Amino acid sequence: MAAKAGTERKAGRAVCTAVAVVLALAFAVLISLVLACGLGSFPATPGETLRALLQAAGFAAGEPVDPSLAVVIVDIRLARVVLAGLTGAALAIAGAAFQGVLRNPLADAFTLGVSGGAAFGASLAILTGLAGEAALSGNAGALPACALAGALTALALVLGLSRAGGGPLSGLRRETLVLAGIVVSTFLSALISLLKSLDEESVTSIVFWIMGSFQGRGFEHAALAWPYMLAGAVIVFWRARELDVLALGETQARMLGLEAGRSRLWLLFGASLLSGAAVAISGVIGFVGLVVPHLIRLLLGAGHRTLLPASAFLGALLLIWSDVLARSVLPGGAELPVGVVTALIGGPFFCLLLARKSLGRGGAA
Amino acid sequence: MIRARGLCCGYAGREVLHGVDLRLERGEFAALLGPNGSGKTTLLLALAGLLPASAGSVELSGQNLNGLSARERARLVSCVPQSATPPPGFSVRELVRMGRFAHSNFFGGYGEQDEAACHTALAEARCLDLADRPAQELSGGEFQRVLLARALCQGRQALLLDEATSALDLARRVEAFDLLAAQNRQGSTVFAAVHDLNLAALYCPRLVFLKAGRIALDGPTHDVFTEPNLKGIYDTDIRVAPHPVTGAPQAHLVPGAGAGAFLHG
Repeated sequence: MAAKAGTERKAGRAVCTAVAVVLALAFAVLISLVLACGLGSFPATPGETLRALLQAAGFAAGEPVDPSLAVVIVDIRLARVVLAGLTGAALAIAGAAFQGVLRNPLADAFTLGVSGGAAFGASLAILTGLAGEAALSGNAGALPACALAGALTALALVLGLSRAGGGPLSGLRRETLVLAGIVVSTFLSALISLLKSLDEESVTSIVFWIMGSFQGRGFEHAALAWPYMLAGAVIVFWRARELDVLALGETQARMLGLEAGRSRLWLLFGASLLSGAAVAISGVIGFVGLVVPHLIRLLLGAGHRTLLPASAFLGALLLIWSDVLARSVLPGGAELPVGVVTALIGGPFFCLLLARKSLGRGGAA
Repeated sequence: MIRARGLCCGYAGREVLHGVDLRLERGEFAALLGPNGSGKTTLLLALAGLLPASAGSVELSGQNLNGLSARERARLVSCVPQSATPPPGFSVRELVRMGRFAHSNFFGGYGEQDEAACHTALAEARCLDLADRPAQELSGGEFQRVLLARALCQGRQALLLDEATSALDLARRVEAFDLLAAQNRQGSTVFAAVHDLNLAALYCPRLVFLKAGRIALDGPTHDVFTEPNLKGIYDTDIRVAPHPVTGAPQAHLVPGAGAGAFLHG
């Protein structure tokens, strides 16, 4: 009995750590929401920012804030920060789901061609004018829908291709899937280049959009994307246990009672909704889906019930602060695309992780 | 409990089982034996509903496998796979708890009952001391015990084991079979593919021999475990003598009696 109590206590402690980390990350996201709204070319103190936000929400909070500063904080920055948070969370959840389904820590919306599909759909929308007058500011029109359609088409194409290798869908081979994903995304990036050379006028907007940025994005973009993100997140979170079981591989997952084929399709669909919607509003932002779940796995293990929410919050944090950097490092109010910032942070960081991992292996062997 | 009729099945155009008829009653403890490549793993996978039959049928508890959902099936039979690599990032406890997947509720949550089943299974398979270790750090033998624990956690009505003790040392092997025998006494139907003839004869009252995808012998251990039978199945000289303690028949190899495939082939 003493032994039982001991191991139960240990297990309880692991659960507590996980919950504490998730809560801490959620709290950090909340703090960052406020802090990030105050940072930029018209800086405000955290106190001013909080007051401006509370007053905008209808609370009587202390003395009124300078109206022009309040406009910057509430109408411009808050939307961006919220959008960055949403996108980061969506990319991180999608990354974790893709990695879980493919049992490959390097899998991502990119590996599967989903990002490429979304980027192609969006480029097409920009080129044909479907995206509205200005895809980068204000009315985004059909852009998200086109990007989502592109993402799902790419996914269907990749699944179809990997099935063409023989065998039913339930027996999807992971290697074939990744291979098909690389083929499709390479093909799509060639198509995007083709689109760019077809129409000189759209080149800048396509290029800028593909680099990934939150510049000029507002609440209307968030309004367009969040239903898809929510749907994708619900699908993936709902199936968190299935992701755990899928980590055992097809045969064992089925031994334990999972319809592996159907479960994988749903998860891929949910993750594609998430990454498609994210790409639609912010362009292609790399490394979030790769680095964030990886870090959380190192910290909390691979159980998806904690991995998914923790990744969502860390992804939100990463993009909120990357966006702050993107809009404040260049002098004179100029902006870097946030995709550049995440790649600049994520690249070396990922190398570090890989080096550490291989060192660790060498030490263990 | 488990019934196969005219079962044919295999992989991508290659048929491995050619019409297997087998009936395991509730509470039986039988071993599945046979030379390499005779179809033991395939038969176990087909009985567990993991390989579709190309002809014939499998029934679990009187219900045709095709009519059962994956979850229903997993609540009826638990399997211990032959070879598996532990997934990275999960503790032993998490891995064993996955055995409750087919019992989890609408939201994928596990309740008190599931935790209790997990703890009991860990204790029975002597894995409690491993519970909080990362599964990836385990030795082959330790991981096999964890897989056994997961199967017990999943359910005890019917246990299908595919060489589930091959990586265990002698003491652990006896422990594992004692555990299976105890489960069997409490009503579990146990069907285990075993490489070790003597272990099978020592513990199982019934032996099923497969050869080239067909059932070659099937019957009570004392009747089928004879020198001519074993010679016929394994193509080598084998002597049978009673076990010094239990009297169960035990096989002994004779040196130099091989068919000479390695020397002359």
